[in-house]
Amino acid sequence: MVNKYMERLYNGLVKENPTFVLMLGMCPTLAVTTSAINGVGMGLSTTVVLVLSNMLISMLRKIIPNSVRVPAFIVVVASFVTIVQFLMEGFVPSLYDSLGIYIPLIVVNCIILGRAESYASKNPVVLSIMDGIGMGLGFTVGLTAIGFVRELIGAGTVFGFRVMPEAYEPLTIFILAPGAFFVLAALTALQNVFKNRAKTKGAAVNGAGAECAGGTGCEACASRETCGGKMVFSGMTEQEKGGEAK
Amino acid sequence: MKELLLIAIGSALVNNVVLSQFLGICPFLGVSKNVKTAAGMGGAVVFVITIASFVASVIYKFILVPTGFEYLQTIVFILVIAALVQFVEMFLKKAMPPLYNALGVYLPLITTNCAVLGVALTNVQKSYGILESVVNGIAVAVGFLVAIVLMAGIREKTEHNDIPKAFQGTPIVLVTAGLMAIAFFGFSGLI
Repeated sequence: MVNKYMERLYNGLVKENPTFVLMLGMCPTLAVTTSAINGVGMGLSTTVVLVLSNMLISMLRKIIPNSVRVPAFIVVVASFVTIVQFLMEGFVPSLYDSLGIYIPLIVVNCIILGRAESYASKNPVVLSIMDGIGMGLGFTVGLTAIGFVRELIGAGTVFGFRVMPEAYEPLTIFILAPGAFFVLAALTALQNVFKNRAKTKGAAVNGAGAECAGGTGCEACASRETCGGKMVFSGMTEQEKGGEAK
Repeated sequence: MKELLLIAIGSALVNNVVLSQFLGICPFLGVSKNVKTAAGMGGAVVFVITIASFVASVIYKFILVPTGFEYLQTIVFILVIAALVQFVEMFLKKAMPPLYNALGVYLPLITTNCAVLGVALTNVQKSYGILESVVNGIAVAVGFLVAIVLMAGIREKTEHNDIPKAFQGTPIVLVTAGLMAIAFFGFSGLI
């Protein structure tokens, strides 16, 4: 029972991470990540909108007629974005100023409409909320990672605290526009390296699974619970490999 | 007149919508494999942004401000844009079939292009009048067109290059975009 909900979180954070795996919501990813704190702020505001809109859309999924569902989703999302925008303007004005126009632009963030269309409109409320939390946190982690790297190289600080030695000359280009592209390029390249490695390792993992069950791979494996729960990475490679084979 | 020219140059080149504002990154990365489709996408964006920035600023000035509903701008603009794209598509299909054939497939994609909503919101933020909004809209869209066509040209040239395995696919496109962004910094001396 709990597993089903945790699986949603894991799915959003790792397996279908919106920033690194699905490559959704690229505009805010590149635009606001000049510092780690901006990344966190943008990520969390998107999370709030995502969770609330997933919840409401899931509640209304039997009421909204199929033919007008996309405009209906847009209205729901835009309303929540407006609410979040005003809350931020009132309570965290400094963050509101530095995120600027990208807060209202959360409306067109493909992650939110994408989750509404592909998950919340078909699944029960609690699962949709968990899906929203997972996806939102995945997005937050992605943005914070990019913001962290850019801030560290471009300004020599992390979350505003100086970590580089005084002698370090900050490479300002990393907090300017081109730096966003370079950092994201490096991070996706890094991810490609892991993917290639996982592909070659996948075969070995599959073999081990088959051995343990004495037959039909992971399905019949006695230690399947641990395999699916704890050894997340081997589980993922196996699934990825399955996808490749199809 | 001078002001309009400054807005135009500023939006098209200096603060290029893709390379320095990061709006419309999705089509910029997704539809830039060859120059022809890139030009089609760019053309469709010019078309839609021009109309959308006009309609949005008219609605803002004559409906939202008099009724005191300015805070609904995000909701109203996104609905207007979505409806407008549908309408433009139907209109082009009936009235100008050749143009529809050239731009048709790109039109539905534009609703999710954040540049359109971005321009509408910037116009309000900078309190541009209707004429200024339209000029700004055209300039932003032309900036998008220039960036995506240049990008497609570069990608066509580098398609068969020997790229390190890890950088194949999206990473090399992002690196290219980064270099283009540096090049566009050169325009910052213009105004």
